[in-house]
Amino acid sequence: MSHIILITVVTLVAIGTAAAIILYFVAQKFKVFEDPRIDLVEEVLPAANCGGCGFAGCRNFAEALVKNEQWGDMFCPVGGNDTMAKAAALLGKEAIEQAPRVAVVRCNGTPEYRPRLNVYNGAPTCAIVHSLYMGESGCPYGCLGEGDCVVVCDFDAIHMNPETGLPEVVDDKCTACGACVNACPRNIIELRKKNKKDRKIFVSCINEEKGAVAKKNCSVACIGCSKCFKVCPYEAITMENNLAFIDSDKCKLCRKCVPECPTGSILELNFPPKKTEITENADAETK
Amino acid sequence: MRLKTFSRGGVHPPENKLSAGMAIRELPPPELVIIPVSQHLGSPAKVLVERGDEVIVGQLIAESTGFISTNIHASVSGKVLKVDRFPDSTGYRNMAVQIQVEGDRWSEDIDRSDDVVPNTVLGQEDIRKKILEAGVVGLGGATFPSHVKLMVPKGKTAEYLLINGVECEPYLTADHMLMMERSEEIVAGIKLLMRGLGVEKAILGIENNKPDAIGKMKKLTDGTPIRVQGLKVKYPQGGEKQLVHALLKREVPSGGLPIDVGVVVFNVGTANAVYEAVMKSRPLIDRVVTVTGKSLEKPSNFQVRIGTPVSYLIEKAGGLPGDTAKVINGGPMMGKALSDLDVPVVKGSSGIVVIRDEEASRKEVKPCIRCTRCVGVCPMGLEPYLLMTLSEKKLFERMETEKVMDCMECGSCSFTCPSARPLLDYIRLGKAEVGKIMRSRKAV
Repeated sequence: MSHIILITVVTLVAIGTAAAIILYFVAQKFKVFEDPRIDLVEEVLPAANCGGCGFAGCRNFAEALVKNEQWGDMFCPVGGNDTMAKAAALLGKEAIEQAPRVAVVRCNGTPEYRPRLNVYNGAPTCAIVHSLYMGESGCPYGCLGEGDCVVVCDFDAIHMNPETGLPEVVDDKCTACGACVNACPRNIIELRKKNKKDRKIFVSCINEEKGAVAKKNCSVACIGCSKCFKVCPYEAITMENNLAFIDSDKCKLCRKCVPECPTGSILELNFPPKKTEITENADAETK
Repeated sequence: MRLKTFSRGGVHPPENKLSAGMAIRELPPPELVIIPVSQHLGSPAKVLVERGDEVIVGQLIAESTGFISTNIHASVSGKVLKVDRFPDSTGYRNMAVQIQVEGDRWSEDIDRSDDVVPNTVLGQEDIRKKILEAGVVGLGGATFPSHVKLMVPKGKTAEYLLINGVECEPYLTADHMLMMERSEEIVAGIKLLMRGLGVEKAILGIENNKPDAIGKMKKLTDGTPIRVQGLKVKYPQGGEKQLVHALLKREVPSGGLPIDVGVVVFNVGTANAVYEAVMKSRPLIDRVVTVTGKSLEKPSNFQVRIGTPVSYLIEKAGGLPGDTAKVINGGPMMGKALSDLDVPVVKGSSGIVVIRDEEASRKEVKPCIRCTRCVGVCPMGLEPYLLMTLSEKKLFERMETEKVMDCMECGSCSFTCPSARPLLDYIRLGKAEVGKIMRSRKAV
């Protein structure tokens, strides 16, 4: 009885030892070298795997950071400059600072301004509505309101407002990863430079139709009148295809264009009310 | 004997052919027409007229711009008001010519007599040229330029000409009435197409719910190489590939065309238009449109000028009923709801269906229960439930390997789904995305 146990133990130990030796040499032979710095850099990254950097995920981005000597445009919008500086310090490379950005919805066509002409009751995604027809309102450029941008946001930073039927960005949560920008079939969402106190001035419209047509469908549409373009002292505004565009990198937030706009399509957000003309809304906000 | 039909999939929606037996009524031109320059598959035509120009019926107003493209003619006489972008049936604005109608002056080249000229001595090349000149496209709905179909690609031979008189869409009766009233013209048109194609054999397929049309066409084609074949009623038999299978038991390969199995398919409406174009020099300026609906006062078949607003047609059919919830452009299975009733009738409009409240609303979408009914009814042998899920998850490359491009959007899957899932909506989106991927791959 006891020698059976002995034989078993000895045989198993022998097989184990032989297998260990073979495995050791195989492991040596087929060893995959992985830069240990990749792990270190990955630790620093936010681990959101949002794809905002343009890579498949944080690990993929870490590999690219280690591999490339010049970083150029490579940037983690979620972690921002802090993260990039940390990664640069780890690798002894140089991070290029980028101004933080935030997503902005360039449509202000609430049902009040942009009446709904028909009812859509098909599959609830903007991509399908967009490929099917112009949408519930008469504006073929405006927000469709089915919320594809909300579905793709990994940071809970964009929500549909049921009253306006438009998405709203939560500035503090938005990381400018660009997922919503890609998801919007009408390209309404834009990443703009983040200003102090989240102040924003932008043309909240992307309608390229002629003024009369645009205005007929939506009373706050940009009609391409060029008034803002003429008044801007910093050449931040460009006119193209009946549409004004304010370059957020050039805009100095002087607000001269805002009162010029005849349809009120230029929005100014998060500004303190002007002392001379306190509007009712602003009044309510300060209280 | 069992009736012929295609073997894979298919459904049988309620037929509701309310306007069957209503004679085709020719409508006078409306006051304003809008004629889009892109009414066909392929590149849009180039506008030849300017604001203020006087035009007459049959005058060329936009010319073909490529191999797959065709001519557009003025369908009315009058003055060009605007050459601008007008909303089409999707609501998006596209280039079109707006004409203010004044009188009804026709081009002198057009033979407007009713005499049927049964035979011709014209050669293949002349027939093709006349079809292109007249801007004839497939009137079944796909609007593929007809002259292109008559050019058989090198290395392939056409053996059969199939004529589609199936009209498998519920409600629609335009082709049916056309076969009853223009039968001689259609037979002459079929002969022209046979000549143009250089084939000896032609088969006209008609579904069995139109026995009068089958009888009439059979009598007229007696002693000719044209055979009339009755078919079992099953949707989507009017699909090109389904018709080829139903009549000849030949299977068009995935991604291929009927010519790959030696067949070319035309619609009866197209045969009539080809006859008018070649023998009467009459461009495609009007077409037969069914205007129908359960609460519509007078469901009718109208012969209307291209560019007539849909609202005008509905007016002539008794006006828009109060309980209307949807107006569909095309048949109820494949057509799309209109968001604006002032859009024009185009070459591809076969019907206007006015749908009531109770029929229009979609049922509540429930989860997929994996019953695979959609797989059973798919005439192309696809797996719609899988394609929908892939589309929802944006796995478009996988959709391509699942042969989503073979889908012809017949809607049998959505029709049959017990959970009322919007299968076709998602598949259509997937097709568009896969199409983009394929084009970008080609461009590289």
